[in-house]
Amino acid sequence: MNWIAWRMLIGNPAKYLGIVLGVAFASLLIAQQASIFCGLMLLTTSQIQDVQGVSIWVMDANVQFIDDLKPMSENDLYRVRGVQGVDWAVRFYKGLARARLDDGNYQQVILLGLDDSTLVGAPRKILAGSLSDLLQPDAIIMDDAGYKQLWPKDKTYQIGRVFEMNDRRGVLVGVCEASRTFQTFPIVYTRYSQATLFAPSERKVMSFILAQGEPGLSSEEVCRRIHEQTGLGAHTREKFMSMTLWYFMEKTGIPVNFFITVLLGFIVGTAIAGQTFYLFTVENLKQFGALKAMGASNIRIMGMVLFQAIQVGLIGYGLGIGTAAWFGYKMQGASKLAFYMWWPVPLGTAVAVLVMILLTSLVCVRKALVVDPAIVFKG
Amino acid sequence: MSDVYLNSDRLAVSCRGVTKVYGRGNNAVMALRGVDLDVPMGELSLLVGPSGCGKTTLLSVIAGILEPSEGTVAVVGTDLSRLSNAQKVAFRGRNIGFVFQQFNLLPALSAAENVAVPGIILGMPRRAAVQRGAEVLASIGMGDRINSLPQNLSGGQQQRVAIARALMHEPSLLVCDEPTSALDARNGQLIMELLREIAMQANRAVVVVTHDSRVFEFGDRIAYMDDGHIQRIEIQDLSHRSPLTIGH
Repeated sequence: MNWIAWRMLIGNPAKYLGIVLGVAFASLLIAQQASIFCGLMLLTTSQIQDVQGVSIWVMDANVQFIDDLKPMSENDLYRVRGVQGVDWAVRFYKGLARARLDDGNYQQVILLGLDDSTLVGAPRKILAGSLSDLLQPDAIIMDDAGYKQLWPKDKTYQIGRVFEMNDRRGVLVGVCEASRTFQTFPIVYTRYSQATLFAPSERKVMSFILAQGEPGLSSEEVCRRIHEQTGLGAHTREKFMSMTLWYFMEKTGIPVNFFITVLLGFIVGTAIAGQTFYLFTVENLKQFGALKAMGASNIRIMGMVLFQAIQVGLIGYGLGIGTAAWFGYKMQGASKLAFYMWWPVPLGTAVAVLVMILLTSLVCVRKALVVDPAIVFKG
Repeated sequence: MSDVYLNSDRLAVSCRGVTKVYGRGNNAVMALRGVDLDVPMGELSLLVGPSGCGKTTLLSVIAGILEPSEGTVAVVGTDLSRLSNAQKVAFRGRNIGFVFQQFNLLPALSAAENVAVPGIILGMPRRAAVQRGAEVLASIGMGDRINSLPQNLSGGQQQRVAIARALMHEPSLLVCDEPTSALDARNGQLIMELLREIAMQANRAVVVVTHDSRVFEFGDRIAYMDDGHIQRIEIQDLSHRSPLTIGH
C-alpha cells in the first residue's frame, strides 16, 4: 500500500512539489536562523576559545562574562599561585584601546596582553611574522580580519607598520588568525607589560589570571579551592564560556528575535505544507474512498497518509537542511556571516519538521478516515 | 415487493426487508422501504429506476458499504449484519468487485498497476499483482494498453480497466454503478456485453445500477425501483430476447 501511496503522491507533481517546498522552506528558515544564532552566540565566547592550553580562568568574583572587566591587583596573582593544586598562573590583560593610525584616523581595538615570559594565550596561527617577535620592544600582532579592516588596500601584509596607542608607539610584527569577536574590532596582541602602557593608566590593570591545575586534579576542584581561598571568581574554560553565552542570551534580545523568526518559519512552513497536503488529501478522497470500498482498512488508509507525510517530510527536511548547510558553507569565506550549524540545530529542525508533518497529517488522516466509501457511488 | 425467491445455494445476494433511513427526526429520509431482492449466480441483474429511487443506496447496502437500518443482506451466503466492520472490510476485499460510474482509476498508476490494486490490498506482492493485472487486462482485450496511464485511455478503455480491476481477485459478486453513463452508446454496449460475459460464469453474479434504458436488454433480471421500493422484477429470456414480467 505504501507503493500506491507513493505513486499517488508523485502523481500530482505540482502539489507534491508544493508540500515538499513548504517543508523545505520551513527547514531552511529554522536551520539557517538557528545556525546564525549559534554563530552569533559563539562569537561572544570566541576570545575564550582562542586562549588555548588554559583550563582555568580567574577573575573578580562579580564578573559575569568575558567583556565584564573588573581589574584585579597584582597581589591576587600571587594568592592564586599560592593555592594548593595550582600548577601555574599568569596575568592576562583584556581591554579596549584607541589606536591612532598613520593617516591620523582613530580606531578602537581589542587589546590583549599576554604574560611576558610565557606568552600564554597567544594566537593559534601566525599568518605573517613570528610569535617570538612579540618579545621585541613595542611589538604587536594583529588579527587578519582587523588588518584588512584597517588597511583594506594592502595586497600583502605590511609588517613594520607603526601606529600609536595612548601616545605609545606600536610596531606591527605579525598578523595572526583569530576568531571574530562580537564587537568586530581588530584584535591586537602584545605582551602584558606593553599592554599596560597602551591602556589608560589605572591602579589595577590585570583583567584575568589564566591558570592550570596540577596533573591529577580536576579543574573544577582547583576552581573551588581558588574561590574558597582567595574569594576570587574561578571558572573552568567551559564554565566561563557558558557564563558568557548565557549572559548574552539573558541580557540581550537576540534569542527572542531569532526565536520569533524560527517560529515564523515553522508557522509559515506548516501553513504552506499543511494546506497543500490537505488539498492533496481532499483531491484524493474519492481514491481513498475507492480503496476503502475495495477492502482497504482504515489502518491501511491511515498508514498511506502517514507514509506520504513522512516522505515529504524527509525530502523537504533534507532539502532544507542541505540548503542551509550549503548557504553557511558558501557564506563562510565570502562574508562575515556568523554561521555555526551545531548538532542540535539539525536535530531540532528534524523535531520541528516531525511536529509539522504530524500536525498536518493529523488533519488529513482524519479527513481520509471519515470518508464514506459510498462516496464512490456518487457521480 | 418481489415474491420470486430462489434456492439460497444459488444466490449471490439475498435481501430481506431492507430499510435504509438517512438522518433523524423531521430530517429523516427513507431511501429504502423494506426491499426484498434475490440475485442468482450466473446472472446479470439490473437495478433501474428514476433518480433518487434508492437504487444506489441498495447497491451500497448490498456491497456492505452502507449499513441497513432494518432487514438483512446476505452475500454469497454470508449475513453481512453478523460481521464486524473490520470483517466486512475484509469480506468486501475478497468477495466483491467494484465498477464505478467515474471509473475511479488512480491517475498515477498504469492500467496494469490499477488492476493490481485489489490484489495488493489483499496482500499480494506488488510484482505478482501487476503481472496478474496485465493478464486480466489481456483477457478482456486490453493487452496492448497495460502500460498506459488512465489519462491516455478513452472512456470505454478506462471502464474496461476498471472492470479488469474488479475481476482481478476473482470475486463472486460484481457491483457496478452506472457503468455506461459516462460512455457513448457504442462503448456502453461493449461494456455491457463484457459484463454479461462475466456474469454468465457459474460462480459469479453481476449487479448493475443503471437508468440507461438502452442497456436493459443485457439484464437477465431487471428490478424496477421507485421511492425506495422494488416495484416489479422482469426476468428476460435473453436467448429469445423476450422479456417476461413477474411480480407486481
